[in-house]
Amino acid sequence: MTMNSCQPSLVALTVDGREVSVPAGTTVFEAARAAGIEIPHLCHHPWLKPTGACRLCVVEIKGARGLPTACTTPVAPGMVVQTESERVVEARREILDLILANHAAECLTCEKAGDCRLQDYAYRYGVARTSYHGERRQYPPDESNPFFYRYHDRCIMCGRCIRVCDEVMAVNAIDYAYRGFRTKVATAYEVGLEESPCVFCGNCVAVCPTGALQPKLSVGQGRRWEIHKVRTVCPYCGVGCSLDLEVRDGERPRVVGVSGGDGPTNEGLLCVKGRFGWDFLHSPDRLTRPLIREGDGFREASWDEALDLVARRLGEIREKHGPHSLAGLCSAKCTNEENYLFQKLVRAVWGTNNVDHCARLCHASSVVGLGMAYGSGAMTNSLADLEQATLYFVIGSNTTEGHPVLSLRVKRGLRAGAKLIVADPRRTELAERADIFLQHLPGTDVALLGAMIHVILEEGLENREFVAARTEGIDELRASVAALTPEYAERVTGVPADLIQQAAREYARAERAAILYAMGITQHTTGTDNVLAIAALAAVCGQVGREGTGVNPLRGQNNVQGACDMGGLPNVLPGYQSYRDGGLRRKFEEAWGPPLPTGDGLTVVEMMEAAAQGRIRGMYIMGENPMLSDPDLGHVEEALRSLDFLVVQDIFLTETARLAHVVLPAAAFAEKEGTFTNTERRVQLLRRAVPPPGEALADWEIICRLAERMGYPMSYAGPAEIMDEVTRLVPSYGGMGYAYLGEGGKQWPCPQPGHPGTPILHREKFARGRARLFPLEFRPPAEVPDTEYPLYLTTGRILFHYHTGSMTRRARGLQAIRPDPYVEIHPDTAAGLGITDGQMVEVASRRGSIRLRALVTDRTAPAVVFIPFHYAEAAANVLTNPALDPQARIPELKVCAVRVRPA
Amino acid sequence: MLYRAHVLVCNGTNCSLKASPEIQKEFSRLLPEYGLDKEVKVVETGCFGLCEYGPTVVVFPDGTFYSGVKVSDVREIVSEHLYKGRVVKRLLYQVPPAAKPVQVYPEVDYFRHQVRVVLRNCGFIDPESIEEYIARGGYQALGKALTAMTPAQVVEEIKASGLRGRGGAGFPTGLKWQFAARADGSGPKYVVCNADEGEPGTFKDRLILEGDPHAVLEGMALAGYAVGAHQGYVYIRGEYVLSIERLERAIAQAREMGLLGKNILGSGFDFDVEIRLGAGAYVCGEETALFESLEGGRGEPRIKPPYPTDAGLFGRPTVINNVETLANVPVIIERGASWFRTLGTQKTPGTKVFTLTGDIVNAGLIEVPMGITLREIIYNIGGGIPNGRQFKLAQTGGTSGGVIPPELLDVPMDYDSLAAHGSALGSGALLIIDDSHCIVDVAKSFSFFFLHESCGKCTPCREGTLQLHRIMERISRGEATRTDLENMKALAQAMYVAPLCPLGQTAPLPLMSTFRWFESEYLAHVVGKTCPAGVCPVDGTAARAAAGCAAREV
Repeated sequence: MTMNSCQPSLVALTVDGREVSVPAGTTVFEAARAAGIEIPHLCHHPWLKPTGACRLCVVEIKGARGLPTACTTPVAPGMVVQTESERVVEARREILDLILANHAAECLTCEKAGDCRLQDYAYRYGVARTSYHGERRQYPPDESNPFFYRYHDRCIMCGRCIRVCDEVMAVNAIDYAYRGFRTKVATAYEVGLEESPCVFCGNCVAVCPTGALQPKLSVGQGRRWEIHKVRTVCPYCGVGCSLDLEVRDGERPRVVGVSGGDGPTNEGLLCVKGRFGWDFLHSPDRLTRPLIREGDGFREASWDEALDLVARRLGEIREKHGPHSLAGLCSAKCTNEENYLFQKLVRAVWGTNNVDHCARLCHASSVVGLGMAYGSGAMTNSLADLEQATLYFVIGSNTTEGHPVLSLRVKRGLRAGAKLIVADPRRTELAERADIFLQHLPGTDVALLGAMIHVILEEGLENREFVAARTEGIDELRASVAALTPEYAERVTGVPADLIQQAAREYARAERAAILYAMGITQHTTGTDNVLAIAALAAVCGQVGREGTGVNPLRGQNNVQGACDMGGLPNVLPGYQSYRDGGLRRKFEEAWGPPLPTGDGLTVVEMMEAAAQGRIRGMYIMGENPMLSDPDLGHVEEALRSLDFLVVQDIFLTETARLAHVVLPAAAFAEKEGTFTNTERRVQLLRRAVPPPGEALADWEIICRLAERMGYPMSYAGPAEIMDEVTRLVPSYGGMGYAYLGEGGKQWPCPQPGHPGTPILHREKFARGRARLFPLEFRPPAEVPDTEYPLYLTTGRILFHYHTGSMTRRARGLQAIRPDPYVEIHPDTAAGLGITDGQMVEVASRRGSIRLRALVTDRTAPAVVFIPFHYAEAAANVLTNPALDPQARIPELKVCAVRVRPA
Repeated sequence: MLYRAHVLVCNGTNCSLKASPEIQKEFSRLLPEYGLDKEVKVVETGCFGLCEYGPTVVVFPDGTFYSGVKVSDVREIVSEHLYKGRVVKRLLYQVPPAAKPVQVYPEVDYFRHQVRVVLRNCGFIDPESIEEYIARGGYQALGKALTAMTPAQVVEEIKASGLRGRGGAGFPTGLKWQFAARADGSGPKYVVCNADEGEPGTFKDRLILEGDPHAVLEGMALAGYAVGAHQGYVYIRGEYVLSIERLERAIAQAREMGLLGKNILGSGFDFDVEIRLGAGAYVCGEETALFESLEGGRGEPRIKPPYPTDAGLFGRPTVINNVETLANVPVIIERGASWFRTLGTQKTPGTKVFTLTGDIVNAGLIEVPMGITLREIIYNIGGGIPNGRQFKLAQTGGTSGGVIPPELLDVPMDYDSLAAHGSALGSGALLIIDDSHCIVDVAKSFSFFFLHESCGKCTPCREGTLQLHRIMERISRGEATRTDLENMKALAQAMYVAPLCPLGQTAPLPLMSTFRWFESEYLAHVVGKTCPAGVCPVDGTAARAAAGCAAREV
C-alpha cells in the first residue's frame, strides 16, 4: 500500500491490546476513542483545550513515569497503553474517593441524578462513599441571578465552566478564586454574576459534568429518565441554532428544559435567549381559543364561528372594495410552509399582491441592493466559513447582542489571529475588541464606505484582475467616489481621515476579508445605497466568492430569510420570481389555479398609509406586531383603528392583537412542524415537541381552514406536503424536500434532491453574471438634529430581548434581568442636560414622546442616544421616522432627531 | 582613589534585620571624626554567609572577621582597630564560647571548608557597584563569548561543563540550552531567571541576587546569546525587596554601560532584562506556573509537553534557569568547562549553595563542592548540633525533599545519591533537626505547607493534600488508627503518580520519607498513644508543641 503524501503521518499504537493508527498529534484519549474505548474523564470536553485537571483519565503507558493523563498526552509510535489496569483503576478510585470527600452527594434530590458523570464513574468503580473524614468545603449556593444556580458543594473544580467562558465565549466572567482546598469558582471580587461581564449564555451550565450548575427553570421538573429530547430550531434570531427541547410527557406534555443541539450552525452552543428564553411556551398569557371583539373587549368563540366571521368579513370587503382593499402581513417568525400558504392565500384567493412582512423593516435594502449588485439578496457565505476570514469588517451590526452565537465564530477567528474593523455609532462589544474602530454618525455610511473605496482606488489597492473579469461599472464608481475623500468623510462622519485610510488599506490587503452587517446599514432612507456601497467595496477588492470572504447581511429573525424566499413580499412570487415575467406567472397560475394579480402590492409602511387613507379596509396579520415594530407608532395605531376589519393570528394578545376584530390562537415553534431558513440560507427542520395550548392551531392549519371558507380548498396532510409543492415551484428549493434535508439541513440554492446545497454564493460567477458597481452619492438622513431636536436617536436590539418582546418579556429570566426600558446617553451629554444615571427622562421627537430611565454610558457617542425597541411601555418607535428608502421602501428606523430632558 | 583599609559590612537580608545599615552609617559618621575617611572605605556588601552570627564586619586587607557586631561596637572598632591598629578581640568569632577566638575569616571552620564559585563575590564587593563587579572579572565572560565564541560554542561549553540545574531538578543546563537554540526561531525566544524561591528554609537565591546581581544578569545575557533570545525576565518573589532593588540598579547600570540593551559591546547582539514580581505562591516556582503568572494569569501549572524550550513564555521557546545556575555560567565561560569539572563529582560537577538552618551552630549560607557528605557539612562547617543535643534528621531539598536519618550521614550530597535514598538535593535547603523534635510534629508541618500551597487545579493535589494533613493531625492527637496509616499510604501512592505537577507529586514524599525512617515513632502515636518526644498533644492536652503551624486547624 502506498501512502498518500498529503495525509498526515499516522502513528500506530496499542490501546488495551487493540492496534490503532491515528494521525500524529492525536491524544491518547482520542486514540482510545478511535479504538472504541471511552476513557473516564471529568474536566475534558470536546469544546475545550485539554487541561489535565481532574486526573481521572490517567492511563498506564509502558515505560512512562507515573500515570499520564490520556487527554493531554500525545500518541507516540509503538506506545502501549492500558486504560483499565490495576494501577489505573486504583488511582481512579482514589481520585473519586477524594472528589467525594468534598462533594455533597445528594443524589437522591439532585436534578442531575441519572445524567451526572461523577455518579456514573462512582457507579462504575464502586466508590459508594468517601473514606475520608472531616468537614467539607462550605460555600453557600449562589442563587443571585435569574437563570441558574451554582451549588458550590457539588462543584468538583473541573474548570469546564471557566474554560468555556474563556475559550469559547471570550467573556471571562468567572475564574477560580482562592487557592488549594479553598478554591471556588467565582467572579472577580466575587460580585454577583449580574454585575460581572457574564452574558448568561449558560454554556457553562451545559458543560458542567455534575449538578453544580442548574437552570432555575428546570428545577423540580423531572430528571434525565423522565424526559426525552426533541431536536428542533431556536425561534430567536437568524442564526438558527439547533435546539434540543427537553420534554416531560404526561397528561400535559411540557417543555422543561433546553440544551444545545449539535447542528452545523451552533455546534451545541446557545445564547441566553435560546437556552433560558423558552418558558413563554407555557405562559398563562398564551391564547388558547379564538377571540371575537365585543365592545372594548373580547369574547371567546369556537373556531367555526371565528373563521366563518373572518371569511365573511374579508369576503364582503373584497366584494365591495375590490381585492386590493385587502392586505396581509405574513411572518418572519412562522415557518416557510406557513408563509408560502399565506402569500398563496393573498395572491390566489384574494387576488392581490398586498403581502409583506417585517423583512421590510430589516433587510429589504439587502434584498434589493444585493439583488441589484450581485443578483441574489442573501448572505454570500456560511457561518462556519466565517472562521476562515483573516479580517472582519463589521458595520452596523452589534453582533454580540443581535447574533450572539454567530459572534462566537468571529471571536474564534480573532483568536486565530484575524483582524477586526468595526464601524458603528456605538462602542459595541466587538468595537471594544477591534483593531480599528470607526465611530461614525448615524446615517453617514455611504460617506464612510465611499471614502474607503476612494482610498483603495487612489492607492491602487483594488483587485484589478477581479474587477476586470467579474465586475462592471468601475469607471462610474471611480468617478462617483472622486469627491468622497477621507477628509470629506471626516467632516460628515466624524471619523478621523487617517483611520478611514487605515481601515481601507487593511480591508483591501487582507487575504480573506468578510463583511458582516445588519440593520445599522439597512434601516435608512439610504439603505439600498448603503448596501450597494458595501457590495462595491467587496467586489472592488475581490473579497467575495471565496472562503472567508463575502458580504454577509445578518438576518434578524429566525425565518426572515425564509419568509422572503417564500414570496412574502409584494413585488415577487416565491423564490424571487417576478410575476411580470409571463412564463413564471403562468407556472404559478397552473399550479394554483386562479389568474394571479400583476400590479405591485403595497409594502408594510405603505399598507399603514393606505389603511389610514381608507384604501386598505381589511387586514390579516399573522405573527407580526406592527404596533411595536413599525416606525411612528401613533400613525400605525390610527391606521389599524381605521380598518373595517382586522384579524390577528398570534400566540399572545400583542399590542396589535388588542386592536383586532378577531384574534386567532396559533401554535408556537415547539408545537408544530415545518422549516426555518436561517441567515446563511440553511433550511432546517422544526419538530413538534408538545401540543399547542387549548385549541390553538398551527398557522398553516388556520390558513388552510380560512382558505377553504373563502372558496379555495387547501388540503395538505402536513407541512411536508406543502414543502413538496414549494420544491416544484421554487428552483432554489428544488432539493429541500424533508426526506433530503438531513439533520443539519441544506443551504439554497439546492436545485434537486440529493444536491449538497451551496455554502458560498458567486464562486465562479455572480448570480447576475458580473457584479454591478453602482456609482455612490452621499445623502444625509431624512431627519437630522436641529436646535429643537438636537440629538440623533438610533434604535436596536439588546441581548436579552427579541423583537417586540412578545416572547422574551414573558420569559421569566430574560424579563427579570432587563425588566425596564432605558435610553443610553453619553456622560458629557447627560451632564449638559443635568441628567444622572438611572433618572427618568422624556425623549421626544417630532412624532411623539416617551418616558424612560437614562443609562449614562460612553458606549454611545455624545451626539447620539440609543433606545432598545423591545419595550411597549416606552416604545422607541413612537419616536422613529417613517421616511422610506425610495427603492427598498424600508423606513429609517436607525436615525431621527430627538430631544431629551429630565422627566 | 586608593584606600589603606576596607570595612565590609554585610547588608544581606539576615544581617540587615539585625541593624547592619545602622552599623554602616555609624562607620561613615565616625570615620571623619578620626580623620580616617580618606584612608578607610566602608563597603556595603551582600551576604557573607555566617548569618547566625551577624551582623558581620570584615576589615581588609588583613581579613579580620567580626561577628555579632552592634551599633555601639562601631566606635571601638574605629578607634582601636582602624585608628590604633589593635584588633578588638571581644568581637572576634568565638564558637563555642570556650573555643579560641579566630582572627581572620579564612581560618573560621565555617569558611575553611567551603569552595566559593557562585558566592565568589558575595560579601566582597559592593553589589550596587558595577565597577566592583567588573574589577573582579565581571562581564569578561560575556565579552569573551560575544567576541570570540559562536552561540553554538557557548552551548557546547556549558554542555561540556556538566552543569545541572540548581533549582532542584538537576536537568543538564547545556542540553536545555541546546533544545532552545534549535527550537523554532520564527519569532522571539526568551530567557527567564527563576527567582521565585519559595521552598521553606531556602534563601540562597535571595542572597546571591543581593550579593552579586550582575553575575546573574551576565549569565542571562550569555544564555540569550547562546539560544538566540533578546529578552530576559527575572521572575522574583515580591517579598525580596532588597534583591529587587539591587537587581533594578544593576540592570540600569548594565544598560548604561552597554552591557545590556542594544548592540552589547558593539557586537550587534541585543539583550535586555526586565523584572517581574511574584505574589508569593509556592507553585509559581514551577516553571509553567511561573510562565502563567508572568503572563498575567493565575499561577497554575500547564500541561507538559510542550516543554518550555519548545513553547514556554508567551508560547515561545524559552530557557528558564535558576538564579544559582545562571550565576555559575559566567565562571564556566571564563575559566572553561574542564576547570569546572575539577569541582564536585563526575556526574554532578561544580559546587552547591546551601542554606543551613535549624538546630545547627553555624546557621547560614554555604557553598561546598558537590558530593561532600552531610556529616562534613554539619560537623566541619556547621559546627555541630548545639545545646548538647543529638542529630535526629536532616530535611534536604526543602519540604519537597526527603529525610536523611543518622544512618545516612555519609551519603554524598548530589542529585543522584540522594535520589537513590528517597530524598532530593532540591534547591539547597538543609534543615537540621535534633532529637528534641517529634517526627510526627515535623511531618505535620510539611503536610500543612502543601495544603496551604496547593493551587487547587488538579484533584489529587487539591483534595489529597487536605486529607494527608488531616491524617497527620489525627496521628498527632492520638486519634489515628492503623487504617489511617493504610489510607495515608494508599493516598500517597496515588499522589506520586496522578497529580499534574511536581507540587502534588512530591507532597507525600516528606511524609513517606519520615515514615520510612521513623516508623516506630509513628506507631508510638498510633498504637501506643504516646509521643516519645513529648511534643504532640496525644492525650488531648496541648503538650509542648501545638505552636506554629501545628496550631492552625483546617
